[in-house]
Order: sequence, then structure tokens, then C-alpha cells
Amino acid sequence: MTGFEPPMGLIVELTHRCPLQCPYCSNPLALERAGEELTTAEWLGVFDEAAKIGVLQLHFTGGEPTARRDLPELVRHAADSGLYTNIITSGVQLDDRLMAALMGAGIDHIQLSFQDVDPDNADRIAGYRGAHARKLAAAARIRAAGLPLTVNFVVHRQNIANVPRMIALAEGLGAARTEIAQVQYYGWGFKNRAALLPSRAELDATTAVVEAARLRLKGQMVIDYVIPDYYARRPKSCMGGWARRFINISPAGKAMPCHAAETLPGFVFPSVRETSLAEIWQRDPAFLRFRGTDWMPEPCQSCDRREIDWGGCRCQAFALTGDAARTDPACDLAPDHAVMAAAVAERGEAPPDFVYRRFGANDAQAPISETVP
Amino acid sequence: MTLADDTVPRFRPGVKFRFDPVRETWVVLAPERLFLPDEQAVEILKLIDGTRNLGAIADDLAARFSAPRDVIIADVAVMLGDLAEKGAIAL
Repeated sequence: MTGFEPPMGLIVELTHRCPLQCPYCSNPLALERAGEELTTAEWLGVFDEAAKIGVLQLHFTGGEPTARRDLPELVRHAADSGLYTNIITSGVQLDDRLMAALMGAGIDHIQLSFQDVDPDNADRIAGYRGAHARKLAAAARIRAAGLPLTVNFVVHRQNIANVPRMIALAEGLGAARTEIAQVQYYGWGFKNRAALLPSRAELDATTAVVEAARLRLKGQMVIDYVIPDYYARRPKSCMGGWARRFINISPAGKAMPCHAAETLPGFVFPSVRETSLAEIWQRDPAFLRFRGTDWMPEPCQSCDRREIDWGGCRCQAFALTGDAARTDPACDLAPDHAVMAAAVAERGEAPPDFVYRRFGANDAQAPISETVP
Repeated sequence: MTLADDTVPRFRPGVKFRFDPVRETWVVLAPERLFLPDEQAVEILKLIDGTRNLGAIADDLAARFSAPRDVIIADVAVMLGDLAEKGAIAL
């Protein structure tokens, strides 16, 4: 083993196609289309390289990863290469046949996302009628197959009052792990920020609920809790540091240190169609740009937390200050910290309408419809 | 954490303990979690097979590492209790 320590995880966005239209989707505003996606053979080659350079866990995401009909084949190859396989899915297409195929392929874990506990509100947020009922059925299938279940609730001002019921639902579904994850404000979430950002009082009440549930469920169910950066004192250790732990690959094969990195100007991200993962990880200029601490400005450079939070999030620094190399404004030591309070002040009494995540929804022209096969 | 000698620790479903040839180290792979146990923890985790109880694990370690059994059993309980809280081990 030479060079920088190997990546722990590979996040593969198999496709940007998805039957849901969640207004906080982590995909970029400019979605990649089906015709650009890597082929089955190309993905298999990427997994071989990943295992060789020391990747341990493979996270299949999207879009909706089950929109790729070759998903079981991809899982089988990854599992055979010794990778720990995880699927992050909305579950609406997870029928008995697909579940059996995934089990046969050696899937290790499935994370199922929910939009709410109230079916009507959940379906409204997802922009898909009947989604919630399908998710409940998917959860039962995952448990019946003997797999551990993680349920993920994305929390925001239009469902935050239901967090106690979310935890109860997760318990009822037999989840080993629950994520109460406040929306992260990038891409679609950033565009819909005023419609999603909760108040400080709502956040504090939720934090108390989660802390009490953690104590009660200790040893039975793990609850991961993510707060919105807008109310944080210190930034999150985004991706565990730029290009330190993860490689994210877009449907068309673009390799990036995180899924939102495309929002940063002046970067040319390498393609796995042209460059090996080993070369990308060790030498690509985009990966080296913010790796470690040398790039850091003050107050990060002399901060004793610089190797804990790694300066926070580059994409957030750019989105809120126009400069990706500044300290993440989430830190209350950051010179730009006041922008967080300003954003909170802008959220207004009533949430505005969602801009749903659709192909073409971010274009000036009328939306282009795109169907999922 | 107090654990009885007859407690049988198990890896929870979806948790894998394996040797990583690239890093030349043992790793615990769990749902969206990953642990790099230290040498002492590795020796304990290698003895978890779903049938051995805590007492048997402590006997084995006491014989090989010439440390008092009660010290070992306390160390084992702390390490396993920590991994149980993180969702990797069932006790």
C-alpha cells in the first residue's frame, strides 16, 4: 500500500432516474439522462478496481437504484469482490421478485427512505401517489428476508412535528437503525430552502425527542441524528473530509469527492471511463484540491478541530459565500457565519410551494417529461 | 456494563468481521458503519462464533495472554458493550 490511505467507501449513483420527485433530492439540478449512464460492464469494471484499491463498502444509490434492471447483477459482482453492499432506495419498486433476486445476489443491507409517517403528506412530498404504502410493504419484505433494515426519514418544516411518530414507526417496522436526517441544503434542497428549513424552536424540540428515544432504545435501535447546518455551532465533517474516505460516481461515470461537488466552479472531474480509480484517488487535481489541511484559511488553519471537521463543507462554503475555499459558514468562528442567521430570517411564516425535482424543472423552458422503464 | 459469564455475544445481522488484505488489518463492516478494531479487540472478536459465551471467551484469552481472568472479562465486557451500543454486536 503506497500513497494516500485508501478510500473506505464508494458511492455509486447508478442513475438519476427516479419515480419520486422529492424537493430536497441530493442529485444535482442538472440531472444526467439515461443515455449517458455507464453500462453494466463498465460498472463491473469500476467495482473490481474499487475492491483492488481498498474500498470496503459499496453504496448503491441514485436517483432510484432499482430503476436499473441490472441491479442484482451489479450487487452479485460487488459481493463476489468482497465489498460490503448497501442499497439506498425509496423502495417503491422493491417487489417480491426483486427482493429475491437481491438476496440471491448477496446484498448485505438496505436503507429505505420515508418522506413522513402521514401517508397523504408523505405522498405529497414525494410527488407520487401511493408511495408511502409501497414503502411500508418494502420494509416488511426486507425484514421478512432476514436483512437488517435502516429507515431514513428526511426531516424539514413540513413534517418535523411528526418525529416522535417516525421513531415509533421505525420501531414497529423492526428497524435496527434509524436516521432522523434534517435536509441538507444543497442542489434541490438549497433551491427549496425556505419551504424546508424548520425554526430553531422546532429543531430544539426535535433534538430533545431524539435524545430521549436514544436512551430508551439503547442496544436495540441506533438512531443517527443530523441537524441542519443553519443552527449548528461547528460544521459537520462533510464526507469525513474532502477525498479522505469516499469516492462518489455519477451515472455517467464522473468521479467526485462528494455528490454535490459538481456545483463547484473551476473543477474538471475525471471520468472512470478514461481514468483508473487508483489514479483518480492518488493524483487527480480535483481530489487533491481540498484534501488535508494545507488549503485551509484562518480560522481553520490554526484551529484544534481542523482534523475533526476538516473545515466543514466546500459546497456549502461556495453556495453561501461564492468561494469554495472559505471556512464553512456553519462554524460560528467563520467570518461569514452571519449568512446562516440571515437565511433563517428569510424563511417566512408560511412555506412557499415546492419546486419538485424533475428532469428539466430547473431549465427556463417547460419541463421535459421522462419516464422510468 | 455488567455481563453474565453465560452471555453469548453475536454479530448482529448485516455485520461482517473480515481481514482486509489491502490495509492488512481486520475490519468490522456494518450497515453504514465501519470499525477498525485494535489488536486486543480483534482477538476478542475472533472468538465470537454465536456459540461461545463470555466465560469461554475469557478462559481462552486468559490462557493465551497470561492476564488475570477477572481483568480480561471486564475488558471484554467494555469492548463488547461499546460495539453493542453502536449496533454491531447483540448481547
